[in-house]
Amino acid sequence: MQKVHTRVLQIAGNVITVAATDVGYQELAEVRSARGTSLAQVIRIQGDRVALQVFAGARGIATNDEVRFLGHRMRISFGPHLLGRIFDGSGLPRDRGPALEGNWIELNGPPVNPAKRIIPRKMVRTGIPMIDVFNTLVESQKLPIFSVAGEPYNELLARIAMQAEVDIIIFGGMGLKYDDFLFFRDTFDHHGALVRAVMFVHTAADPTVECLLVPDLCLAVAEQFALQNKRVLVLLTDMTNFADALKEIAITMEQVPSNRGYPGDLYSQLAARYEKAVDFEGAGSITVLAVTTMPGDDVTHPIPDNTGYITEGQFYLRNGRIEPFGSLSRLKQQVNARTRDDHRTVMNTMIQLYAQCRDTQEKQAMGFQMSTWDQKLLKFGTLFERELMDLSVNIPLEKALDLCWDILARCFDPAEVGIKTSLIEKYWPSRPSSH
Amino acid sequence: MSKDGRIVAINANMITVEFASRAIQNEVAYARLGDQRLKAEVIRVRGTVADLQVFEDTRGLRHGDTVEFTGELLSAELGPGLLGMVYDGLQNPLKKLAELHGFFLRRGTYLDALDRSRRWDFTPRVQPGALVQAGATLGTVPEGIFTHKIMVPFSLRDTWRVVAIAPPGAYTVDDTIAVLEAPNGIQHNVTLCQRWPVKIPIRAYAERLRPNEPMISRIRIIDTFFPVAKGGTYCIPGPFGAGKTVLQQITSRYADVDIVVIAACGERAGEVVETLREFPELEDPRTGRSLMERTIIICNTSSMPVAAREASVYTAVTIAEYYRQMGLHVLLLADSTSRWAQALREMSGRLEEIPGEEAFPAYLESIIANFYERAGLVRLADGSVGSVTIGGTVSPAGGNFEEPVTQATLKVVGAFHGLSRERSDARRYPAIHPLDSWSKYPNFVNEEGVRFARQILRRGHEVNQMMKVVGEEGTSLDDFIVYLKAEFLDAVYLQQDAFDKVDVATPLERQRHVFNVVLHILQTDFSFPDKDTARRFFLELTQEFKNWNPTLFQSPEFNQIEARIAQRVHAALTQPAPAR
Repeated sequence: MQKVHTRVLQIAGNVITVAATDVGYQELAEVRSARGTSLAQVIRIQGDRVALQVFAGARGIATNDEVRFLGHRMRISFGPHLLGRIFDGSGLPRDRGPALEGNWIELNGPPVNPAKRIIPRKMVRTGIPMIDVFNTLVESQKLPIFSVAGEPYNELLARIAMQAEVDIIIFGGMGLKYDDFLFFRDTFDHHGALVRAVMFVHTAADPTVECLLVPDLCLAVAEQFALQNKRVLVLLTDMTNFADALKEIAITMEQVPSNRGYPGDLYSQLAARYEKAVDFEGAGSITVLAVTTMPGDDVTHPIPDNTGYITEGQFYLRNGRIEPFGSLSRLKQQVNARTRDDHRTVMNTMIQLYAQCRDTQEKQAMGFQMSTWDQKLLKFGTLFERELMDLSVNIPLEKALDLCWDILARCFDPAEVGIKTSLIEKYWPSRPSSH
Repeated sequence: MSKDGRIVAINANMITVEFASRAIQNEVAYARLGDQRLKAEVIRVRGTVADLQVFEDTRGLRHGDTVEFTGELLSAELGPGLLGMVYDGLQNPLKKLAELHGFFLRRGTYLDALDRSRRWDFTPRVQPGALVQAGATLGTVPEGIFTHKIMVPFSLRDTWRVVAIAPPGAYTVDDTIAVLEAPNGIQHNVTLCQRWPVKIPIRAYAERLRPNEPMISRIRIIDTFFPVAKGGTYCIPGPFGAGKTVLQQITSRYADVDIVVIAACGERAGEVVETLREFPELEDPRTGRSLMERTIIICNTSSMPVAAREASVYTAVTIAEYYRQMGLHVLLLADSTSRWAQALREMSGRLEEIPGEEAFPAYLESIIANFYERAGLVRLADGSVGSVTIGGTVSPAGGNFEEPVTQATLKVVGAFHGLSRERSDARRYPAIHPLDSWSKYPNFVNEEGVRFARQILRRGHEVNQMMKVVGEEGTSLDDFIVYLKAEFLDAVYLQQDAFDKVDVATPLERQRHVFNVVLHILQTDFSFPDKDTARRFFLELTQEFKNWNPTLFQSPEFNQIEARIAQRVHAALTQPAPAR
């Protein structure tokens, strides 16, 4: 039988050290204390000293408590029975459903061979012009929503999830407020999406270590569905809590911090998760949308900074709008050449003009005289913000492109917008709508 | 004495091993896990204990598990058949791995880098009795569009005599094609392939030369303003989203070199996939053959084992040096060197070394310098000339160039193409900053003209700054025209449309031609009645150039638009002068 160890040598933070031999790296153990039973994972071996991070936290653990090694690593049962279910960060049911049994899969499986990936080619339509026109979302993309606390990022996430055409939705909540958890559950339920969804939820009240497991649980399950030829959308909110949990464990383990207390491997840790987004050759795909709240609205903070280097673009959510500057979908070029022939040109022209408009707005704020050109730019900016940027706008891509031409025609002469003559001839509205 | 050791500690991808006999710094060892063998490298030795970085996931390893030491340094296999291959950081062919294991990279699988069964048509180039030194050509085999030289192994010292040489025929990479003998009678069998430790530069050449020949990238702002020479080094630091990778991809397609080695180090897998899937279909603008025939990809993407990132850049530069030894011009693109530096930092942290700035190890600078110094233009023993050019991207934390990796890189490179968030936000691509960037290589387009154009850019920038304070009305018309000229130069020459099939790549000849047209406009003294007329003139001129750039060079359409541009400029000059 499995050996029971009862000598806890050290307790620090949520990490305990026990004397044990013949233990595999990253093996799971069960810790029994007066407060109940919790899982724990081996995170360092030094001679016969084995360090474990305790999922439920180390509070209340006694030096003579029982630690039993299970001989396997963190795993989750996989199958269609997962659909419609809600679990916590250690994979236990959070709804009233039965516990999981059988068909175990390990978390953090090996990386995908790049030779078996394909270039993503399918656009994900969202009905939001700031995404569809300017930063098209593409199947198998990994994309964060950068935001500050207080912005409607969870609403945006839910809206994209409900409108996107995917087979399976996997939701991972980290450090979620209980209200937000209920919001997501009810939204999914209301739209009838719960039956094709699996939720792993760690709320702010749960132990920190469980937060670390949420993305891994989500992605391991997503990967299995994708291998079964399903198109999977993974929603993660909020990755900043995940990174902070990493920091907490690293500091407890006395690692040398690299930047603002975060461990040196923050990039690799985040990348290992985000890179699970994939379009398999001959199977399904995984698309990852994740919320990253920026501490102090600072994009150079280590979490958004490292994230930006990993993901294929980012959406900035600011003042309730998706900001056109800084927001970027790196994969848009894979799809926007085949949507409509004016898509790219419209996208670039609108943004360039809007950038000039921002400069003019600054000048105006400082009380400078406005030239005729400035007046045109200001008008353009107002229309752009009102008719396209507002998050409540919900129109298909083609309509949105027509609207762009219309706004241009209402503000400028064809010669002023710097668009190739052939496109002007084809799309410039002869009679723009009068607003 | 046993060559094996036993694991005493495990911390993520670092294991500590107690060894019985000896350990060599940087030697390869394998940790046994059931029937799997996990590759590792010795990175520190203390007494009878060695610290090893494992190139794989360490889960499941136990205290007391066996580690086999091989006595060999981490090496790359060099020979015919490298071109067109896609390797991981340890030179495992990824396509073969996919055939074997499907979707995922299973740990502990190591395959031969070169195809063992393929036969190559060997032609001897020396006679028995000839005296040869390391790097001398013994014979050749055709490899795609190149004549692949089979050379005396670089590891052989002094002069050797050819005892036997194989007749022309088809041989595999393991067949002996020559027998060499040293003065002391030791014999050495030469096959079509050889091994070389990746962290040691190959030095089998006569002398290093000063890089003075252009390496044309067909990106206007680079070739005209911040050129790179063959055998030179350059770096592209930039915040995320500024277009580092797109710039690297364009360079890998159009660069005027024989061979491109791409080291995708710790970056997104998706980007490698684009190269992987598109290159076989793309035509090499120089030869008309598939681009893949001149490309080698070493990819260790961000989710692949961290320790192998370091191996990947060294493997890549070793392969680049190998082809340089054949008198070829090789370009190595490393994306991104920051990920490699971070891998060093992670390991340094686990070794509990005293951290330097931002916790990077103190030896970071010397490691980066040594890496870039492996670039160079060399004259080989037979008089031919070969080169390795290194272009590395840097991903500075927070887009701040003051950080250690960028600073260490800037000290050793010959050109700096700094990308700016400001320019990429305004969709001014390529987002290379025209005022901050620099190049120490000679200008190949028009040195005087470029100096003048940069002057305009600088003054235009100053006027723009000033206008933000005093407003357009407080700016003199002359200053305003300078500002418009700078904006015009930026819009029609510095910016380039990466998604237009003509504009994406401008050959040197066209650059010279167009630059002179632009320069002429910049040097012309226009006198406009007011600012709105001036703005309108430059907007319309910009529009003409936007139509001009996507036309084929010297096509009727091209000439037509050029004539129209000349007319417009002429018309503006002959307008009645404003009343002053």
